[in-house]
Amino acid sequence: MAAETLTAAEPAAPHGWDLDPVLTVEHLTMRFGGLVAVDDLSFNVGRGDITALIGPNGAGKTTVFNCVTGFYKPTEGRIIMRHGKSASEDAIRRLTETGEPWSESEDGAIFLLERMPDFRICKDARVARTFQNIRLFGGMTVLENLLVAQHNVLMAASNFTIGGILNLPGFRAARQAAIDKAVYWLEHTRLLERADVPAAGLPYGAQRRLEIARAMCTEPHLLCLDEPAAGLNPRETSELNELLEYIRGEHGTSVLLIEHDMGVVMEISDHVVVLDYGEKISDGSAEHVRNDPSVIAAYLGVEDEEVEAAEAAARAAASAAAAKGRAENGPAENGKDTP
Amino acid sequence: MEYFVQQLINGVTLGSIYGLIAIGYTMVYGIIGMINFAHGDIFMVGAFIALTVFLIMLAIGVTALPLILLIVLIVAMLFTSVWGWAVERIAYRPLRGSFRLAPLITAIGMSIALQNFVQLTQGARVKPLPPQIQGGVTLMQGDAETGAIVVQLSYMQIIIIVTTVVLMTAFSLLIAKTELGRAQRACEQDPKMASLLGVNVDRTISLTFVMGAALAAVAGVMFLLYYGVIDFYIGFLAGVKAFTAAVLGGIGSLPGAMLGGLAIGLIETFWSGYFSVEYKDVAAFSILAITLIFLPSGLLGKPEVEKV
Amino acid sequence: MADIDKVGSAEEHQAPGALVEWEQRVAGYQGEPPFVQEPERDSAIVAALKDAAIAAGIAAALFLFFIGFRTDIDFGGLELTTRWQAFAISVIAVFFGRLLFRVLFWGPRQRGGRSLAARAMASRAGTPLSERFSRHSGLFGSFALAAAVLYPVIILLAFPLKDKQFIDLGILVLTYIMLGWGLNIVVGLAGLLDLGYVAFYAVGAYSFALFAQYFEVGFWFALPVAGLLAAFWGIILGFPVLRLRGDYLAIVTLAFGEIIRVVLLNWYTFTGGPDGISGIPDPTFFGLEFARGDDNLPGLLGIKYDSAYKQAYFFYIILALAMVTNFVTMRLRRLPLGRAWEALREDEIACRSLGINTVNTKLTAFAIGAMFGGFAGSFFATRQGFISPESFTFIESALILAIVVLGGLGSQVGVVIASIVMIGGFELFRDLAEYRMLIFGLLMVIIMVWRPRGLIATRDPSAVLKERKSISADMVAQGEGH
Repeated sequence: MAAETLTAAEPAAPHGWDLDPVLTVEHLTMRFGGLVAVDDLSFNVGRGDITALIGPNGAGKTTVFNCVTGFYKPTEGRIIMRHGKSASEDAIRRLTETGEPWSESEDGAIFLLERMPDFRICKDARVARTFQNIRLFGGMTVLENLLVAQHNVLMAASNFTIGGILNLPGFRAARQAAIDKAVYWLEHTRLLERADVPAAGLPYGAQRRLEIARAMCTEPHLLCLDEPAAGLNPRETSELNELLEYIRGEHGTSVLLIEHDMGVVMEISDHVVVLDYGEKISDGSAEHVRNDPSVIAAYLGVEDEEVEAAEAAARAAASAAAAKGRAENGPAENGKDTP
Repeated sequence: MEYFVQQLINGVTLGSIYGLIAIGYTMVYGIIGMINFAHGDIFMVGAFIALTVFLIMLAIGVTALPLILLIVLIVAMLFTSVWGWAVERIAYRPLRGSFRLAPLITAIGMSIALQNFVQLTQGARVKPLPPQIQGGVTLMQGDAETGAIVVQLSYMQIIIIVTTVVLMTAFSLLIAKTELGRAQRACEQDPKMASLLGVNVDRTISLTFVMGAALAAVAGVMFLLYYGVIDFYIGFLAGVKAFTAAVLGGIGSLPGAMLGGLAIGLIETFWSGYFSVEYKDVAAFSILAITLIFLPSGLLGKPEVEKV
Repeated sequence: MADIDKVGSAEEHQAPGALVEWEQRVAGYQGEPPFVQEPERDSAIVAALKDAAIAAGIAAALFLFFIGFRTDIDFGGLELTTRWQAFAISVIAVFFGRLLFRVLFWGPRQRGGRSLAARAMASRAGTPLSERFSRHSGLFGSFALAAAVLYPVIILLAFPLKDKQFIDLGILVLTYIMLGWGLNIVVGLAGLLDLGYVAFYAVGAYSFALFAQYFEVGFWFALPVAGLLAAFWGIILGFPVLRLRGDYLAIVTLAFGEIIRVVLLNWYTFTGGPDGISGIPDPTFFGLEFARGDDNLPGLLGIKYDSAYKQAYFFYIILALAMVTNFVTMRLRRLPLGRAWEALREDEIACRSLGINTVNTKLTAFAIGAMFGGFAGSFFATRQGFISPESFTFIESALILAIVVLGGLGSQVGVVIASIVMIGGFELFRDLAEYRMLIFGLLMVIIMVWRPRGLIATRDPSAVLKERKSISADMVAQGEGH
């Protein structure tokens, strides 16, 4: 998709992610006491894109994730999640003014994630995530892990347990459907053989895959992956790339990932956002970011003036792009939505 | 006003005793993250040892009260420490690195065993000890016309408060300045890493229990002298209250334990003084619940940032 | 150092990588760092004697002021008596006990700090026993149920003189099984440490007693009401405190249990205070009473009234209540709600990331656990006919929790075994009344040290695709506070 390069001199046509963002982070700031972990960060995640959030250690990437998925309440800023066709800027402003966490119109629903408790972000706004240090239900089997992920669907089908205790046919059908869906994802993560094994007993790479499968069982519109390739060997890494391409291609799920493995980032990302010390230093296609002097500076370390110059250039470019995006609230180009 | 001041003095005294016991809870919790349920009973054991030593002193004809008190204090601290050490060795060390609930159950088992051991060997009836230290300083003179009462700070209360302050200071310094204190703090942070760096974790934990037991013994001596009545069951309620104090103050924090102890002591005394004696425990526990709801890590505990 | 046996057969089907990782984890749990070990200098016998002497020395320090001296109330104050003989005997007993223990279990010390015998013990004490149980748990369950159903009949026929006593014991054991199952929902499944479970037992008992006293309501009407009231109290308590971390939750629940007891004790006009409530009616059998007289059940059936029959009736009521508890729990485990409880125990943050409302999930666990406690409480009230705050002390909560943990968290069969061992054993030692609480406490310590994961240390998966494999409890988390 959007793979054109952006040059600072001549802002090209707006990027796909600015035209049809599934997630918009605006002026996000997160402070812990005196420490500013994320400072006035804004970026878009395009619908159907694989977006990578990169940066040196301690740049604030996981904090951004935690803000998006509701585990932290941001100090300042707005995080907008859009379902269906892009909602107008106007609708978002009206929602912001009402103080409600979300609203629905014929264009689709909009959610202000910073106003929602974490579990609602998954349940209603349909943002699923994985964790940097894997968080599986270790004592439960692989299959059970995937069934827990379908809790809300099953809970409704069991009439909030009453129907389940009586084992009504409606619930039995829903349970079978849930198992079928689990089997589907087990097949695609090559875990079917191990469905009845406790999650803690899986090897590391399989645990990573299981966590992704579990997140996908919640049927997310946006999948947030925190270092999915960490600790994987090259073969597992390439399998991961395929899996992510499949998730995006077949299910139309947008993917936001934090990753240190530049091979993964450069190969599969449509869009890369670079953070350093909680600030955005670059934003664009993989190609663009790779050649951005401020990124190189941040990773390799250079003299201060050079960084400042580079940062200034990057900020100018970013704000130009953002302004462009905001001005042109064009129609969605992407038809793929829910699976 | 006089009544209020008197209650304040009484509350601080009671709070000091709770605080001394609470330190044992808070240190053990800090270092191995478990609720040492038997700690209240260690306090009870300390009080019993003190009683027996006291009677032995009288029997062999030692009459100088300060000398008796000193010996009672030292012997009680020593022998109660052995109890604290033994409980850790028998019931907790084999479960080190095991699952969270296992040491909790052994602690409850130990608590039951200690209570019944003392009941078996010393009888179930209460042991009254006539007041040994009488008199005090009159702070406010009573006046019959206005209905005011005499406010007295008894010598016993002075001893309790002073001992507590001295011990608190000594222990804070111990934790802050010495090798042992550093080892303790290291084990609190990360026992595995501490052991890799040459800290003898088992010994450090044992010493923590010994220190906790010694302080509980001091509390036991004070309790014996102040109230003059002990039985095998005093450990349970005092233990629960002291643990409440430790949690209220922010578990893991030594000044927190002391502050929590004072808070519980004051709440109890004032509630008894102004409302009803029967519901003093309800008051203390309700304050605990309310505090925890609004201040989930206690008064002085470090707020916990959720690691995601 | 890591003995693979102990890790168990649950890993048979797993990748080698997992096994290695697992071994490392187990190894990490065991023993002290190697450099702490002192080099072995003495010969085995000398070392054993030395060790026993040290143990005896410590025992002497421990026992001196408790066995060596005794204080008693006498005219004009306290009297001190000495018991040197008993003191000497106890210290010598410790010496030889330690020596024997060391020879039997430790053997000559190995480099790893554990003798071969100890290792053999460890591997024998590991998974196989629980494996066997869980493999045949269905069979065991049916057998146990059949035994329970036939129990009063057998007792009535076989022990006509002691029938009441034995049936009474059966009722007691079943009551604790039911309480254990109820608490198992909260602690074993949802991983919420509740030290005040007895409060709900008390709420159930007092609900029925007070309803009976003020409104003359029968047992069968009061039973559901008592359960609902207990569940309601569970929610009232749970709502503010369930966001607390594990140990804080434990202390607040303990405090709540004490508050309920103190209120029952002091609200004299309503609850009768320490005098309690007496004259609580017996349950009827479809409107008929178990009593003397022709209009009552034994009379109508044309049999002679025997109070043992009434006991048997009580037995079947608590058996039915317990079986309902078990049935509902087993069903719930296979439902999304129960699975969410277990997921919550494993990892709360992951639960939230999957859209599970953790507060509501915890509340339901608390409320349902409390409800079964309330049922058991109202049964207790009707069986005793008299209740007072005495019956609802912290020690009861501790006992129920001990049953759950000793049985193996989350294991229904474990609760049954632990209840029979603890309560049955406790009653067997009735003759040693003075010593039995002491033995009871020490037994709790010994069983826990022997099997920290409880007697049944496996988890049965709640959903199976192809092959049912039980999960070694070493992998199962124990809830909050990690």
